[in-house]
Amino acid sequence: MSDTWAGLLQVAALVLLLAVSYRPLGDYMAHILTTKKHSRVEKVLYKTMGVDPEADQTWGTYLRSVFAISAVGVLLLYTLLRVQHHLMMALGMPKVNADLAYNTAASFVTNTNWQNYSGENTLGYVAQATGLAVQNFVSASVGIAVVATLIRGFTRNRTDRLGNFWVDLTRVLIRLMLPFSIVFAVILVACGTVQSLGDHMTVVHTINGNQSLYTGGTASQEVIKLLGTNGGGIFNANSSHPFENPTAFTNLIEIYLLLVIGFALPRTFGKMVGSHKQGYTIVSVMAIIWLGSLIFSTFFEVHHHGINLADGHAALEGKESRFGIPASTLFMTSTTLTSTGAVNSWHDSYSPFGGGAAMFNMMLGEIAPGGTGSGLYGILILAIVTVFIAGLMVGRTPEYLGKKIRPTEMKYAALYILTTPAVVLVFTGLAMALKGETASISSGNLGPNGSPSPHGFSEVLYAFTSMCNNNGSAFGGLSGNTHWWNTAGALAMMFGRFLPMIWVLALAGSLAKQKPVPETEGTLKTASPLFAGMLLGTILLVVGLTYFPALSLGPLAEGLH
Amino acid sequence: MSSNTLTEAAPAPRAPQQKPGGEPHRVGGGFLDPKMLWKSLPDALKKLDPRVMMKNPVMFVVEVGSALTTYEAITKPSVFAWVITVWLWLTVVFANLAEAVAEGRGKAQAATLRKAKTTTVARKLASWSPGNSGAESEVAGTELTLGDFVVVEAGQVIPGDGDVVEGVASVDESAITGESAPVIRESGGDRSAVTGGTKVLSDRIVVKITSKPGETFIDRMINLVEGANRQKTPNELALNVLLASLTIVFLLAVVTLQPMATWAGAAQSLVVMVSLLVALIPTTIGALLSAIGIAGMDRLVQRNVLAMSGRAVEAAGDINTLLLDKTGTITLGNRQASEFVPVAGVDKDALADAAQLSSLSDETPEGRSIVVLAKTAYGLRERHTGELTGAEFVPFTAQTRMSGVNLADGHEVRKGAGSAVMKWVRDNGGHPTEEVGQLVDAISGAGGTPLVVAEKAPGQPARTLGVIHLKDVVKEGIRERFAELRQMGIKTVMITGDNPLTAKAIAEEAGVDDFLAEATPEDKMALIKKEQEGGKLVAMTGDGTNDAPALAQADVGVAMNTGTSAAKEAGNMVDLDSNPTKLIEIVEIGKQLLITRGSLTTFSIANDVAKYFAIIPAMFSVVYPGLHVLNIMGLHSAKSAITSAIIFNALIIIGLIPLALRGVQYKPSSASALLRRNLLIYGAGGLVLPFIGIKLIDLVIQFIPGLR
Repeated sequence: MSDTWAGLLQVAALVLLLAVSYRPLGDYMAHILTTKKHSRVEKVLYKTMGVDPEADQTWGTYLRSVFAISAVGVLLLYTLLRVQHHLMMALGMPKVNADLAYNTAASFVTNTNWQNYSGENTLGYVAQATGLAVQNFVSASVGIAVVATLIRGFTRNRTDRLGNFWVDLTRVLIRLMLPFSIVFAVILVACGTVQSLGDHMTVVHTINGNQSLYTGGTASQEVIKLLGTNGGGIFNANSSHPFENPTAFTNLIEIYLLLVIGFALPRTFGKMVGSHKQGYTIVSVMAIIWLGSLIFSTFFEVHHHGINLADGHAALEGKESRFGIPASTLFMTSTTLTSTGAVNSWHDSYSPFGGGAAMFNMMLGEIAPGGTGSGLYGILILAIVTVFIAGLMVGRTPEYLGKKIRPTEMKYAALYILTTPAVVLVFTGLAMALKGETASISSGNLGPNGSPSPHGFSEVLYAFTSMCNNNGSAFGGLSGNTHWWNTAGALAMMFGRFLPMIWVLALAGSLAKQKPVPETEGTLKTASPLFAGMLLGTILLVVGLTYFPALSLGPLAEGLH
Repeated sequence: MSSNTLTEAAPAPRAPQQKPGGEPHRVGGGFLDPKMLWKSLPDALKKLDPRVMMKNPVMFVVEVGSALTTYEAITKPSVFAWVITVWLWLTVVFANLAEAVAEGRGKAQAATLRKAKTTTVARKLASWSPGNSGAESEVAGTELTLGDFVVVEAGQVIPGDGDVVEGVASVDESAITGESAPVIRESGGDRSAVTGGTKVLSDRIVVKITSKPGETFIDRMINLVEGANRQKTPNELALNVLLASLTIVFLLAVVTLQPMATWAGAAQSLVVMVSLLVALIPTTIGALLSAIGIAGMDRLVQRNVLAMSGRAVEAAGDINTLLLDKTGTITLGNRQASEFVPVAGVDKDALADAAQLSSLSDETPEGRSIVVLAKTAYGLRERHTGELTGAEFVPFTAQTRMSGVNLADGHEVRKGAGSAVMKWVRDNGGHPTEEVGQLVDAISGAGGTPLVVAEKAPGQPARTLGVIHLKDVVKEGIRERFAELRQMGIKTVMITGDNPLTAKAIAEEAGVDDFLAEATPEDKMALIKKEQEGGKLVAMTGDGTNDAPALAQADVGVAMNTGTSAAKEAGNMVDLDSNPTKLIEIVEIGKQLLITRGSLTTFSIANDVAKYFAIIPAMFSVVYPGLHVLNIMGLHSAKSAITSAIIFNALIIIGLIPLALRGVQYKPSSASALLRRNLLIYGAGGLVLPFIGIKLIDLVIQFIPGLR
């Protein structure tokens, strides 16, 4: 079977799997987020935490709860990394440097999983399993809790109560993330992903003699790495490492896992607002962007002449020969359109337009389908902006799902679409202005005699785009483990994660206070192909255009001859 | 003077708008007179004051950019720098011009109003109580305060707003309404309000002043049309937030581009950076936004409607429910005879003849309509009362509830309410058949009013001839109008004092969605509150004092100018023509205002694509020649490309001023149809037009030596 056919079949199988999961998983998540019943385990947990599960919070309290658990998360993880040499199963790893520990803590708490270290050479098992893995679970669940609150902003009327963060978090963790992770970890183990608590495994190599291999609790962490759109792998090579992602079949499962929650959440949204059509409209826009981007990058990878003569007719450098081009671009597209950032190929080695597409995917705000929860709230905010402009064109004060878009709502939506580009561009501009920091650009990616090259600039632009959008994938050439990059990166990740959350929760609070506007013939239909088209146009124009000047100095300059 | 003639003297409501999209009242006002641009130029230049510009964040950024390029052009002069600088300043001036032109039209109207506000001498009464005018003294009109009484006689100007407490007078209100026909103002009832600055033409009235000096209706009108206290409406604020955030994003994109470009060895001059910024931020909508708002208010003023706030105009676009008074809005003012139904054995012509005879002296509209029907449907020649020598007319009274005529030959004819006429027949020896009762019931059931006609020949017993079917005549075209409203998602509710049966019949004929029969002001209020409870916005018209609470409660309350000052105070709009049908137009103007804003915003954002394709290759194709591929317009040189984009950016503002003032074309239709249409014109158009425009400008300016 040729690569092309294998790729097409893999895409078809993936779409089928996602389509099958859409309804049951979406409905199940809606159930988790709306049911009044608490399970026995949950009741015990609430009692331990001292939480009254029936007490709904205002948006301010909800936000403080999010901040509290995140702040505690950063502190705990930081401490854990700093003292890991004293812990069990440290495999002899020393403590992590202060700035790297800070960067890593921020990275995992913000669902970014940017890794300025290589896992197998830096972390012991306890740090991996009780530090990183815990944040993988929690940060993914926080995203879903926040989007649930935004949806409640639409469904609730004349109230300032938006739900209880601790209840939302607990339920998503216990009823969604944990059971899914267990089931799929077993599947991955069955397919060959390693899982072990033992020390390094020694194998006898045919040429180089004995080799000591790191194994770790890979399968168990692999699932939440993808399911929770985290992306931080046990191994530096991430999902291109055969221990994480051994076969084409596990590759398919991994891509499925990183997309499944994001693509099912629109169903949850539709169910909660009482109109499945609303969900279909959102999911169709996500799917169009995903598919369009996939076709675009696959086309350029297939038609690009690789740098190595041996690569033959396509850009195979930096891609696993086990997967080939289609399965690599499929992974790349999915990981950059969600906030995952796991990789099974090196984005740095993609053709200029292929790598540019990866960057553009993240620049759109990771909304197709995006990170768990964060993707849906991102696209809903863009829907609000679209409704505002389109709503005016039908001659009414804009309204979305029965709620008016007034100056207050617009203020938060505008702040949301403003924040991420601002952080990305300011940090990138800053890095490019500082002589010392541009030195981190891989010299291999500079022109003759170290002269500036578009690709070198792309590494920096990609880094901040990835960090601020909480993706975590990288254009690998950049040496990020310096004081400046660790610090700036941590700030970018936290700004990119928490500032938008403030706007989303404030928006939810403002929406919930309104009384609903009844839908009439004169109301803009937000569940229609026309609206989906407008939403797509707004995403490309309003968000995409912001980055056009910067992109023109990177991938565009590199790709256009 | 009977109340009937008073009604007639009031200004006839203007004919309803023929076509919803047509603009019959837009007497040149909606279109841009090129002379206005010149006249407004000084005002536009005055607005360059940064303290004024601050209010418009988008254009303020352009102004700061212009100042920066001016500095650059002076310190490092070049043709390119100067051309860009001049056009950037022009961009700001054009934006100010748009606002100044829109305001200018209001100022012209204000000047006319001020003429009416000449200082008057008021004849103040020291104390007044019914039948007792106290001592009179002359004071300046401006000294009058609340509760003062003044007397005004023929030829004098009413010194302040108030209610007539004594007397009846015809008043010339043309200073305010532009309507030259005089109107009647009388004490008591719903036509008691008079406006300061209007002139009494006949008789003498005593007016109780209801406004403080400086806060009269005319003062408020002047303020409104001048836009002196114009406040941004909620939607305008929200749009401003969006535009400001886009401006900030693009500002950051341009500022941070410089270090990236510098690293690449393609550092850009300040002039180029400012040009990129101005090209990207939404200047088109930023420049026209306030003009659109002012022009929206102005369109109402041109239709003789005064909105007390821009907020009300915006709310009009959002209306879900329209409460419409039956009389005057849905039906013509009065009932009209539609059919003569004879009882068995009576000839139709005989009935028509008797009906005509009995109505000759009946000057009510109903009576006249009977004569008209007899003529048009039965060919009966119109007889004049003078022809019937010796005839004695019996007028209608509340006691007899019938009218008629006693001819010289002893022949008597009567028409009136069924029970009254049948009693007359029985009293005169006749025996009305059951058939009459059936006819009467049938007509009532159909929503009509039956009038029974009977006659008594000399020496014979009286007999009933038949029944006249009086019916409310639904205005022509109103059904289609309601269908349009339904398409727009607006529910219509007919308000009437009629009984439910009659109301239902008319409601069905007119095609309204719902009706409120035997409506009291309390019922109206309850209905409004019920609708609002469900999140709906309600609009209504009213004129009486007892309408005031409902007018205040409604989201859009249009008070009739003929109404009481309490009503005018309570509503948030006043219709100077006192034409309740205008409510529908007000809704359309509100919608048109919002559509214009949205369409121009879409246009403005879509424009950016072409500007990128002009400016980005111009900036960077020196270091990265590959980027020349992006110059898909084939612009002559880097400098000509950037200049063309900036010139286009400025000219499009001037080009769109007429559209901003006139509003985009609005045809009542469903939301989806409207969106499709506007998206095609302003979205797709906004993408394509600048490509063509920039190319054309480039074709011309490439010949300027410094831009090659």
